[in-house]
Amino acid sequence: MTFFFQNLVNALQWGSFYALVAVGYSMVYSILMLFNFAHGDIFMVGAYIGFGVSTALIALASSGAVVMPNWLILVLTILFSMFLTSFVGMIVERVGYRPLRDAPRASAAITGLMIGIILQTSTLALLGARRISFPSLIETTTYNVGGVFVTNKKIMIVLVSLLLALALHQFVRRTKWGMAMRAMAFDYATVPLMGVPLNTMVAVTFAIGSALAAAAGILFGVAYPVLDPYMGILIGWKAFVAAILGGRGSVMGATLAGFLLGFTEIFVVMIFPSTLRDLIAYSIILLILTFRPHGFFGEPYSARLRL
Amino acid sequence: MPFLRIQEMSHDFGGLRAVHNYNLEIGLGQIRGLIGPNGAGKTTIFNLITGIYMPTEGEILLDGKKINGLQPHQIASMGVSRTFQNLLLWRHMTVVEHVKMAHYSKISYGLFGAFFGTSKRQREEAEIEEKAYTLLEMMGIRHLSDQVVLNLPYGAQRRVEMARALATEPKILLLDEPTAGMNPEELVQIMDIIRRAHGELGLAILLIEHRMKVVMELCEIIQTLDFGQVIAEGTPKEIQNDPKVIDAYLGKERPI
Repeated sequence: MTFFFQNLVNALQWGSFYALVAVGYSMVYSILMLFNFAHGDIFMVGAYIGFGVSTALIALASSGAVVMPNWLILVLTILFSMFLTSFVGMIVERVGYRPLRDAPRASAAITGLMIGIILQTSTLALLGARRISFPSLIETTTYNVGGVFVTNKKIMIVLVSLLLALALHQFVRRTKWGMAMRAMAFDYATVPLMGVPLNTMVAVTFAIGSALAAAAGILFGVAYPVLDPYMGILIGWKAFVAAILGGRGSVMGATLAGFLLGFTEIFVVMIFPSTLRDLIAYSIILLILTFRPHGFFGEPYSARLRL
Repeated sequence: MPFLRIQEMSHDFGGLRAVHNYNLEIGLGQIRGLIGPNGAGKTTIFNLITGIYMPTEGEILLDGKKINGLQPHQIASMGVSRTFQNLLLWRHMTVVEHVKMAHYSKISYGLFGAFFGTSKRQREEAEIEEKAYTLLEMMGIRHLSDQVVLNLPYGAQRRVEMARALATEPKILLLDEPTAGMNPEELVQIMDIIRRAHGELGLAILLIEHRMKVVMELCEIIQTLDFGQVIAEGTPKEIQNDPKVIDAYLGKERPI
């Protein structure tokens, strides 16, 4: 039983990353019917920006100019990096996707893949191929809760992810931008006729998705402190799977599916050898999609009319 | 001076000239009809006025200001509103949310207000809700306000769309086949609503419609469009007897 709970804790942490990244895919899809395939690499850029911000803040603190405890540095790193990465998302949209707004979706998808490669290779060119270790900002403390080992980092990662998911949920439900996003998910053409600036809404959506990916990147860096320019690829693809599994365009679905993916991967390893992890985990997901092709919260596909 | 004035407007889709030298003048409180066979360019004209397409040639003046080239949301906020031929509603949103959405640009509370429920938010929300309910009352769908539109009967969905269009507080309303697919009873109701929108709110209304009964009863002046060109313009009586209109649209009586 303790073995089960130990895995549950690990799965919650692992699922947090998927959930935060998957939400970004889902939000962009819901308003533009477009999968932003550069999103995994925005996660990577977010982690690197987090590295830069935290290094700068540590230098600032150690110079004695400002007194900052480490936890405050981490909080500020997350907030600043989310802010900065949101601009990366907006630039990607402005440069890559907006000119293709009315182009066939396949062209836009390929553009996304190319932007991804550009982000990877420019990180490589700027910072070199060496792996960078993310500064350790908090000391790991391990608590033994009835035989289950829980670290303070794991608790922090899961709580921050849940907090962000909740904040996003509230944003979509309560703000006028959220209301416009929900409307755009059903019909994109009528929303500007209500006086809503379309391009602003698209930019806001990309900004929020990218900010959440940045948060995921930093939390990832806290848990596994090694960054490399290709770290976003696999997480990006898996989060994309989560977005599909959650139902295209459903924020709630993407969050839950992200956690489910984390659980599947971790629990497969409980039973099978870990080399078979992804093989078995993704066969299970494939099976779920066979019986529920539109995911948990998605609507069965229907052709949407666009002007 | 007419509220909306279109001068020599043309629009090409690739090599196809969908609208050719189109002219229109419509003042506040006037109802104009636009008829013509399918594919004549009627809906394209609506899309041009609302900024979804940009005219290849010509000018659109709203209240004396040139609006071609502006973004749809800018044109909408200048008082142009429309409904669609094939209902474009936000399927899983409630009726009252549809109407609230129209007040988007008037909502001034930001993130903080939304998350912490400040008194400013409460006040604005209360104001918007009151306006929304008044409008839904007028449309006779107040009792449906918390229903998701997907579950409503067709006639009610049409009214939601009309309510949404009116909620933006427009000066000119473009109605694209508002009675399409309606039964006779719903037809009478929607005509009543159009008359009230015209009479009580003093809007300029441009109406695309295939049902001659509706056009002839509501409109003061009717334009007939064929292959993107106006082939006849006049009062309902003149239009009904115009040989060109009969030829292109109404159909001839043929001896057997």
